[in-house]
Amino acid sequence: MSPSEQDIYEEHVLDHYEDPYHRGALKCATHSHEADNPLCGDVIHVDLKLNGDGKVEEAWFSGEGCVISQASASMLMEKIEGKTVEELKQFSANEMLDLFGPKLTPNRQKCCLLSWRVLQAALHSPIDGQDASESNRRFGGPSLSEET
Amino acid sequence: MRQSQTDDSAALASVKKLNRMDYRNDFPILGRNSASGAPLAYLDNAASTQRPRAVIDAMSECYERYYANVHRGIHTLSEASTDAYEQARQTTADFIHAASSREIIFTAGATAAINTVARTWGDANVGPGDCVLLTIAEHHANIVPWHQLAARTGCRIEFLPITDDFTIDENVVLDYLQRYRPKLFAFTAASNTLGTEFPVAKWTKLAHEHGAKVLIDAAQAAPHRTIDVHSLDVDFLVFSGHKVCGPTGIGVLYGKEALLDAMPAFMGGGGMIQRVTTSGFDAAALPDKFEAGTPPIVEAIGLAEAIRYVSKVGLDKIQAYEHELCEYADTQLRQIDGVRIIGPTADKKGGIVSFVIEGVHAHDVSQWLDTRGIAIRAGHHCTMPLHQSLGITATSRASFYFYNTRDEAQRLVDAVREVREKFAPTGRRRRRAVS
Repeated sequence: MSPSEQDIYEEHVLDHYEDPYHRGALKCATHSHEADNPLCGDVIHVDLKLNGDGKVEEAWFSGEGCVISQASASMLMEKIEGKTVEELKQFSANEMLDLFGPKLTPNRQKCCLLSWRVLQAALHSPIDGQDASESNRRFGGPSLSEET
Repeated sequence: MRQSQTDDSAALASVKKLNRMDYRNDFPILGRNSASGAPLAYLDNAASTQRPRAVIDAMSECYERYYANVHRGIHTLSEASTDAYEQARQTTADFIHAASSREIIFTAGATAAINTVARTWGDANVGPGDCVLLTIAEHHANIVPWHQLAARTGCRIEFLPITDDFTIDENVVLDYLQRYRPKLFAFTAASNTLGTEFPVAKWTKLAHEHGAKVLIDAAQAAPHRTIDVHSLDVDFLVFSGHKVCGPTGIGVLYGKEALLDAMPAFMGGGGMIQRVTTSGFDAAALPDKFEAGTPPIVEAIGLAEAIRYVSKVGLDKIQAYEHELCEYADTQLRQIDGVRIIGPTADKKGGIVSFVIEGVHAHDVSQWLDTRGIAIRAGHHCTMPLHQSLGITATSRASFYFYNTRDEAQRLVDAVREVREKFAPTGRRRRRAVS
C-alpha cells in the first residue's frame, strides 16, 4: 500500500510548521548558506555558529515554502545543535527523511531534503570566505534515489 | 461568445444540465481511485488528457493486425500502415481546416513543432536586431526556442505584458507591433495558466498588417474549440496529441504550404530525402521533408481516432460545457475567504481555474486534494516568466475536460475549503525537548 498522503501533515509536522524551532537570523553566525528549489519556489537559509571544537553551538533557519520544506528545516535545526561538523557530514539524506517521519513520495522528498542540502553546504561556507560556489545555490531538487 | 451567467438560479439550472453529458464510461482510467482510496477526479487536463477506449483500441489494432514501417516496404503490412498514417494526416488537416494534408507535419509534440519553426524558418528569416514578439503568458515551449534563436542570430525578444485583469490590452499589442516591427508574433490561443483566451483572428490580422508572420500555440485551444486555420489566416499553428485524448509522442505543425515549402529541412535522416549522395542530399517534398526517421506511426493513428472521437462529441458542445464547469468552479472558489483566482473571470477563459490560497503553498494544496482523489497541477506550469511578472512562485490549477462533472467541480470547491481549515494557524505548539 502506498503511504497515505494525509499522514504527511500529521500533528508533529504541522506543529513545527506553525511553531518552528529557531526561525530567524543569527547575528553571530560563522557559517551560512541559502538555496532554493526554483521548481516550487521553496527557499531555505541556514545560519550556523560553530565553536572552536568544531561543534554547532547554534543553528537558525529562515525561508519560505511548503509545509514540508519549512517543518523539516525546523526539525533539522532542533536536531543539530551540539553535534560536531564531522557528525553532520555523516548525517545522510536517508537519516534526514527518517527525522522528518512521514513517508514522502519522490517529488516531495526534495522539499524535505532542501534544508539538509543547505546545511551540508553551510558547513563549507564560512561567512568571511566567499568560497561557496554559485552552482550550489540552485537546488534543482534530486529525490532520494538521485542522491549518492 | 457565451454570456456570463451571474444569476444564481440560471446557473443552477444550467449546472443540472451538465451531468446529462456523460462520456465517462468511454474512459477506462476515470473509473479508478487515487492512492488514498477516494474516487479519482481528474482535473489536470491542461497538462494531459486521458484516452477513450476507442483510441487505445485503434492503436492496439494497428500493432496487432497491420503494423509495419511506412513509406518503405513493398508488402501488405507496410502498405496498410502507410495508408493509415496518411489518412491520419488527412483527418488532422480536416480537423483544423487546412487546405491540404501537405500542410500537416507530424512532430514529437507541440514543443518539437515550435522548435522546428524556430530552427528552420527562424534561422532562415530572422537576423540580428530583428524582433520576435511573444506574450508574457507563453508556455516555456514558446519562449525557450526563441531564446535559443536569439542566441544564434542576435535577434531580440519582446514580451507583451498582462493587465491587472489577466488579459492583454489590444492597444498595447498594436503599440508593440508598430514599435518593434516583429518578424514573428508567436502567441498562445489560450493561456495554460490563466485560462485567458486571446483573440487569434484579430491579432493575426493586426500582425499581418505590420508585416509579421504569426505562430499560434494551440495546445490549450485545439482540444477545446473549433480551429479553422484558413479563416484565422495564421501562418503556423501547433498542438499536441496527448492534450486532445490522443497519445503522447505526437504533435502537429501546421504551416501555410508556401512557407513550409520555402523552409529548409530541419532534422536530417531517412524519409526526408529524395536522393542522398556522398556529396550531399536533395530534400523530399512536403510533408516528408520535415519527418526524418521513422515517424510516430501508431501515435498518428491514435491521434486520428482521438480527433474523430472529440469531433463526434462536438467541439462547440465541449467548449460550452467546459465553460459552464469552469464558471461554476471559478465563481464558487472566488467566494472562499483567502482564495485568489489567478486569471480572468470565466467569460474570458476556457476550462482552466488557477488560484492561490493565502498562507498555503501550492504543493500542499495539491497534496491535500490528492487525499480526496482530486488531481490538479501545482507549481509554475512551465510559465515561470508569467509567474514572475505576477510576483508569485506557484499556483494551483484545476483544468476541466468534457468528461468532468459538476460533482467533481463541487468536490474541488469543498476540498479547497478544507485546505483553508487544515492549514490555518491554530496556535499549535511544538513539543519542547525535555532537558
